[in-house]
Amino acid sequence: MEIIIGKYNYWIYISLMMIGFYAMIAKKNLVKKLVGMNIFQTAIILFFISTAYKKDATIPILVKSQEAINPAQYINPLPHVLMLTAIVVMVSTFGVALAVIMMIYKQYKTLDEDEIIEILKKKK
Amino acid sequence: METIISLKPILAVIVSTIASFLIAITGDRARNLRETWTILAAVIKFGIVISMLPDILNGKIIEYTLLKITPELILHFKVDALGIFFAITASFLWIITSFYSIGYMRGLNEHGQTRYFAYFAIALSATMGVAFSANMFTAFLFYEIITISTFPLVAHKETEEAKRGARKYLAYLLGTSVAFQLTAIVITYNITGNLNFSYKGVFIGANISHTIITITFLLYIAGITKAAIMPLHSWLPAAMVAPTPVSALLHAVAVVKTGVFMVMRVVLHIFGIDLLKSFDLGTVLAIIASFTIISASIMALKQDNLKLRLAYSTVSQLSYIVLGVALLTPSGITGSIMHIVGHAFGKITLFFTAGAIYVATHKTKISELDGIGKQMPFTMGAFTVGALSMIGIPPFAGFISKWYLSLGALEAGDIFVLAVLATSTILNACYFMPIIYIAFLKESKSIINNRKINEAPMLIVIPLVIAAIGTVFIFFYPSIFIDIIKVIILAVIGNN
Amino acid sequence: MNLSEHASILIVVIPLVASFINIFLIFLKRSLCYPFFVLVLGICFALSIDILYTVINFGTVRYKLGGWMPPWGIEYVIDYLNAYVIVIVSSISFIIAIYSKDSVKKEITKARLPYFYSTYLLLTTGLLGITITGDIFNLYVFLEIASLSAYALIAIGEKRSVLASYNYIIMGTIGACFYLLGVGYIYIITGSLNINDLTRLLPSMYESKVTLTALAFFVVGIAIKIALFPLHRWLPDSYTFAPSAVSAFASATVTKVGIYVLIRISFTLFEPRFLTEITPLSNMLIWWATIAIFFGSIIAIGQTDFKRTLSYILIAEIGYMVLGANLGNKEGFIGAVLHMLNDAVMIACLFMIAGGIFYRVGSRNLEDFNGLNKNMPITMSAFTIAALSMIGIPPTAGFFSKWYLILGAIEARHWISASALIFSSLVNAFIFFKLLEKVYFGKNVGVLKYNFRELPLSMMIPILIMALAILIIGFYSGEIISSVIKFTVPAGF
Repeated sequence: MEIIIGKYNYWIYISLMMIGFYAMIAKKNLVKKLVGMNIFQTAIILFFISTAYKKDATIPILVKSQEAINPAQYINPLPHVLMLTAIVVMVSTFGVALAVIMMIYKQYKTLDEDEIIEILKKKK
Repeated sequence: METIISLKPILAVIVSTIASFLIAITGDRARNLRETWTILAAVIKFGIVISMLPDILNGKIIEYTLLKITPELILHFKVDALGIFFAITASFLWIITSFYSIGYMRGLNEHGQTRYFAYFAIALSATMGVAFSANMFTAFLFYEIITISTFPLVAHKETEEAKRGARKYLAYLLGTSVAFQLTAIVITYNITGNLNFSYKGVFIGANISHTIITITFLLYIAGITKAAIMPLHSWLPAAMVAPTPVSALLHAVAVVKTGVFMVMRVVLHIFGIDLLKSFDLGTVLAIIASFTIISASIMALKQDNLKLRLAYSTVSQLSYIVLGVALLTPSGITGSIMHIVGHAFGKITLFFTAGAIYVATHKTKISELDGIGKQMPFTMGAFTVGALSMIGIPPFAGFISKWYLSLGALEAGDIFVLAVLATSTILNACYFMPIIYIAFLKESKSIINNRKINEAPMLIVIPLVIAAIGTVFIFFYPSIFIDIIKVIILAVIGNN
Repeated sequence: MNLSEHASILIVVIPLVASFINIFLIFLKRSLCYPFFVLVLGICFALSIDILYTVINFGTVRYKLGGWMPPWGIEYVIDYLNAYVIVIVSSISFIIAIYSKDSVKKEITKARLPYFYSTYLLLTTGLLGITITGDIFNLYVFLEIASLSAYALIAIGEKRSVLASYNYIIMGTIGACFYLLGVGYIYIITGSLNINDLTRLLPSMYESKVTLTALAFFVVGIAIKIALFPLHRWLPDSYTFAPSAVSAFASATVTKVGIYVLIRISFTLFEPRFLTEITPLSNMLIWWATIAIFFGSIIAIGQTDFKRTLSYILIAEIGYMVLGANLGNKEGFIGAVLHMLNDAVMIACLFMIAGGIFYRVGSRNLEDFNGLNKNMPITMSAFTIAALSMIGIPPTAGFFSKWYLILGAIEARHWISASALIFSSLVNAFIFFKLLEKVYFGKNVGVLKYNFRELPLSMMIPILIMALAILIIGFYSGEIISSVIKFTVPAGF
């Protein structure tokens, strides 16, 4: 029990990631795959952010008047910064993928993987 | 041992490469000029090779390091007695073959002559390269260049059959060399850290198991398919689709002799006689070679195509050379080296005659040759000389090598080998004598051209007569070659 | 300001900025796009040579971005291995840029050309960034820049390429995300992202499960990016249907850079002993790569499409490099690193030739190679050289890397890996000699149909440069090893 409740953030991230992963692999609709990809990436963001959290800590903004700086009082800002970058990367991946999906739709008039494969087979 | 640094070995290699470029540039427009390049290159090459002979006979060695590609892979040339022996044989016969080629190609009005002469020159370059290699890497490099440059020659006719033959040729030669020979070289380097040919072998002092040595040795033997040792021999008959001069020079001299030459290098200079004796690997090789000799001779018996019969005869004769080396005795080695030149002259004569018959009458089958001796007396006379030399009858070159081989067998105390030699002599006679009988004694069935002399062009007949005379010449003056062989034996075995 | 001092940042920033400028050039003057594009990559190439020169003469270059001290700031660290890969990437991108002028015109509509150039520059940026950076998160960002532009570039190709690109996106994203997870785990236990810093911090945590998890994520993530069998599914389609210039560039550089990352992670971030003694990863990768070699080679035989054949050969070649790097001895490692260069040059050359044939014949089918020698003898002689190098015939470059790889495999007593290498040589021999026979002896069926001559100079010269490079690299491999590669070998070997 300890391992489940004490590390619940990891369990959530893992289950989210697996949902996304499953969708990416198993779904036949290309857009659904993309949604899966998004969940997958979001899970990773969650993972990073949750590692930065400390109990009873506050956001890392220094106020000038404060006397001594105690690092334990602040949550770790670095993962947040990293994730800002990662979000940008993920959004652009998503953008490119959507553009590609539009091109696919123009070509095949469908977004179902099986149907596309069917069309490709016919062409041969 | 004194070493001379000289560019000569490289010049000997490169002269025909340059010729090949000139041939390609000259092209079909100026045929006489193009042929001049070939002849010129052949003569110059022979001149360079001969000019190195006196130094070698004095026990010196000529070396040149061209390029250190990596610390262990070095393009290094070294002329020693064994190398020069092979080089003299190949470069001399190239001169004869060049004239013959011109006659043959023009006589048949073949296509793609420029390509033919260009690749022929490259093949000869690479043959010299193998002869003058100082280490296994350089030898391997030129070995592969020979394979690739002769591919277009084998496929020359561009028919489906020619392409199939060429494919088989390439698959056997390139495939085995990459799969087995390269592996063997890598293992050798891995164990010894040395790929240089040395007189006592490179494995001296290395602490190695019997298994590894045996595997490496067998990998080498399987990898040097050019020696046409059974069961990896069938590329040679397949390569007979090539024009006859190619079969004559490459598949009786340059390519296959490169193979046996490499086998000699491996036996004498990579493993060394002492090591092979102590592991008893010579016997293994001798058994494989004996098997090849006998079974190839039997296969030759049933061939009706003249060139194919010659090809199987080549397979069998090549194994004489391997057998001689495998005996690991001075006389055995002498016999086998002697057989390089003896077989070369004899077999080239035979192939030349096969080509001459084809040019004059367009016949390829033995059963069609009834009475051809009367129509082509010079050609068939030369054929008889070549055939008798192959059988080993004096006064022809073949006798000398067989003599030494038998002597070697006695030295090694191996009655089995002697029996093999005797059996194969009988088989040789069985497949050559009928041809002579048919040619001279049988009446021709065709009425036209009967009893009228109708020889092939002079450019074909003269080279083949010269080759036949060479066969006799070697019998009477073997000392030229024996002197070189003495130097080789002295270096490998020592003074006893 | 000394230009050379900032070369390491300029080489990344210049193509990045140029890719934006290139788009604005459309409004100014369209015809300027191509010269500008080539010029930028030329500058990159010059800079990369300068960096290599600096590294050889003055040792490792450390460049602190924005003056922040590592491990807080991002640091660019260039040692022999990076400098070597940077030169490979920038030279290949430069040469293929020249090649793309005519090649791309046939395959991409004119309106899209400037965007093609921009994306190409972005890809270069990404690849150079991956190699140059000394920070594992920064590496992820560049990895995605490179991948995103690769997705886009592949999607510009012929019709089927879009679907190929989509599959690549899905696979590539999984790979990148796995890598990112690895970064996360490493960060959790060490609190650092700087590679040098991590090299110092990690050894005390080798026993931790988190480290093992991180390593597993790293390796699987990168294995997807380099298409190591069985994670290769995206590669054949993508490189078959992409524009020829893109296939040539991506096949030559993307996978090599991936191998570089793998080597970096395995042998710089972790110590060699971690992979050999604490985890069985090296051993696993050896078997994995051996299977990849067998698989790639066997599948390559059955293909009828030239670019697809090359793709499968590439999968086998990737196996070579992974194998060599993990054999655990000096020879194998040298072979792997040398093969990065050789394979880049050979594969680029062959894909460029495939593009050239497509340019003239309009087909990639192997059957259409018949008698091509009569039409394009110079290109075909380049093809012959590249083919011989692929087989590993001396003195072409391919022989020397193969020599070291086989030597390494035998040194490690991995007989099956050694036979895999030889098997793949034989398969290559089979494939390429079949083609060469067609090229030189095949009957040109429709002589009228193929009534054309050599390729335009802008395509032929790059092909020839590559073919010559194969020979020159072959002759100078000893030189390359002793002046660069020798220093890349990890200390434990």
